[in-house]
Amino acid sequence: MSTDDILKAASLHTAIKDKDTARLVINKDKIVDSNEVEGLQVTARQIKDGVDIHIRLRENTRVKKPVHLCFGVTHKKAVQKILLDVEIGENSTINIFSHCVFPNAIDVQHIMDAKIKVGKNARYFYTERHIHSEEGGIKVRPKARILLEEGARLKTIFELLSGRVGSIDIDYETTCLKDSVMEMTAKIDGRADDVIKIKEAGNLEGVNSRGVLISKVAVRDRAKAEIYNKLVANAEYARGHVDCKEIIQGDGQASAIPIVEVNNPRAQVTHEASIGSVDSKQLQTLMSRGLPEDKAVELIIEGLLS
Amino acid sequence: MGVLKVKNIKWSIDGANILNGINMDFKRGSVHAIIGPNGVGKTTLGNVIMGLDGYRDFEGDLVFNGRSIKGQDIYQRAKKGITMAWQEPARFEGLKVDKFIGAGVKGNKGKAVEDALEKVGMNPSDYFHRAVDKNLSGGERKKIELASILAIEPKLVILDEPDSGIDVASLQNIFNAVAYLKKQGTTVILITHSMEVLKHSEYAFLLCCGAVLKEGSVDEIGPYFENRCLPCEHVNEPEKNGARV
Repeated sequence: MSTDDILKAASLHTAIKDKDTARLVINKDKIVDSNEVEGLQVTARQIKDGVDIHIRLRENTRVKKPVHLCFGVTHKKAVQKILLDVEIGENSTINIFSHCVFPNAIDVQHIMDAKIKVGKNARYFYTERHIHSEEGGIKVRPKARILLEEGARLKTIFELLSGRVGSIDIDYETTCLKDSVMEMTAKIDGRADDVIKIKEAGNLEGVNSRGVLISKVAVRDRAKAEIYNKLVANAEYARGHVDCKEIIQGDGQASAIPIVEVNNPRAQVTHEASIGSVDSKQLQTLMSRGLPEDKAVELIIEGLLS
Repeated sequence: MGVLKVKNIKWSIDGANILNGINMDFKRGSVHAIIGPNGVGKTTLGNVIMGLDGYRDFEGDLVFNGRSIKGQDIYQRAKKGITMAWQEPARFEGLKVDKFIGAGVKGNKGKAVEDALEKVGMNPSDYFHRAVDKNLSGGERKKIELASILAIEPKLVILDEPDSGIDVASLQNIFNAVAYLKKQGTTVILITHSMEVLKHSEYAFLLCCGAVLKEGSVDEIGPYFENRCLPCEHVNEPEKNGARV
């Protein structure tokens, strides 16, 4: 499989030709292609088994088109380390799509270590989309430490578009200063003997800061999922919510540990967690429309993870 | 001609007899009402006919198009053309309206979904990509559920409390859909305790104490139900209400 095939798998083959679209394409530890746009600086340096990337967005800059980062590995066996250092200037806006494409993985490790600072009143939207092999031979270890300065906004979505999870261990932590807002969502469908671990944490340190942690996971066959969501509110009028939903089918196993901690009497954090089989009313409604049970379950899970 | 025969059905749970030997004959292409106060077994009977989990173990028989469907599960009955709308429709987190309505459609799903939404008075472009979840009102979900039934062109439909949670304007959409189903030759069973809904049926079964107390035309059953059962101070005690049991 060539780099072009990776780009096609990530639906990037058109964006790659567009001079107005910022992009960075990595195949294992090689920088295959890159493009910058006005106000956005992307520098990448090859390191052992990976790439060290620095992204700087100038203040008062709005990047009109989504920025595409493509982290591909065409090899069957490989280690890919991504060091990501992001700084978004004050009053700036950026929408990043990170495409993690491992279509042939039999024994591939994808390790990301990110440090992200979102400046005052800036907006940072980050969608991480994974395309894996069907063999499940992939270990994904993304870690991010994020700081939202006053009035900043963050929205992250982690989702697996195709292939098997393999093993995923997400570790994201965001600190929110005054009036900042964060929303972190992970949506993963585990099958066979996949292992899913999600650890998301939010620290609402600033007055009127707000945060939502959302995890939606389905585990089927012998897949296992562990979700640790922690939201701590330390400031006046901080508001937060933790929402975890897990659907179990077959011999799947799931656990959810939502931790909410409030250290200010004027702050409030709520949580809801549900783990269980597919809702019987949903299932029976779809079966009464002529869908066999397995197709009905597929549709319900597709909806949950959509 | 009878499309569905309910033959002496008895169903109980935890020692309580809920259905006590029900016999009914539903005619092809007709709109029937199963009417009665709350707690007389109407919804239970609907669940038994649809074959929901926990409602398939009953005494008696259910004969659909001349063959027993006893023991068949909900999917097997749906494949024969039986379907149902719940009193409180399910919420499907994230599942889009077009996917939900199109789920059981064979052939051109897009066209079928669009037509079905229009038949229940909903603008397809306003709803196609919304999720069937808590962001829709109960009335909207009710109409979307009915649209999902229209889209699959069933042979027999059970509508449990079709007016529940529906505003006056939308109620007419529901009745229009019932009329459309009849026109298509679908047998409709309306489960209700509403005189307004009863008026849209052709034949009615009055249930009390898990049995048919009286059956006949709407002109016969309507006044009886209105005078004796609204309100009823002797629910499931028909003899105390002056009825011969």
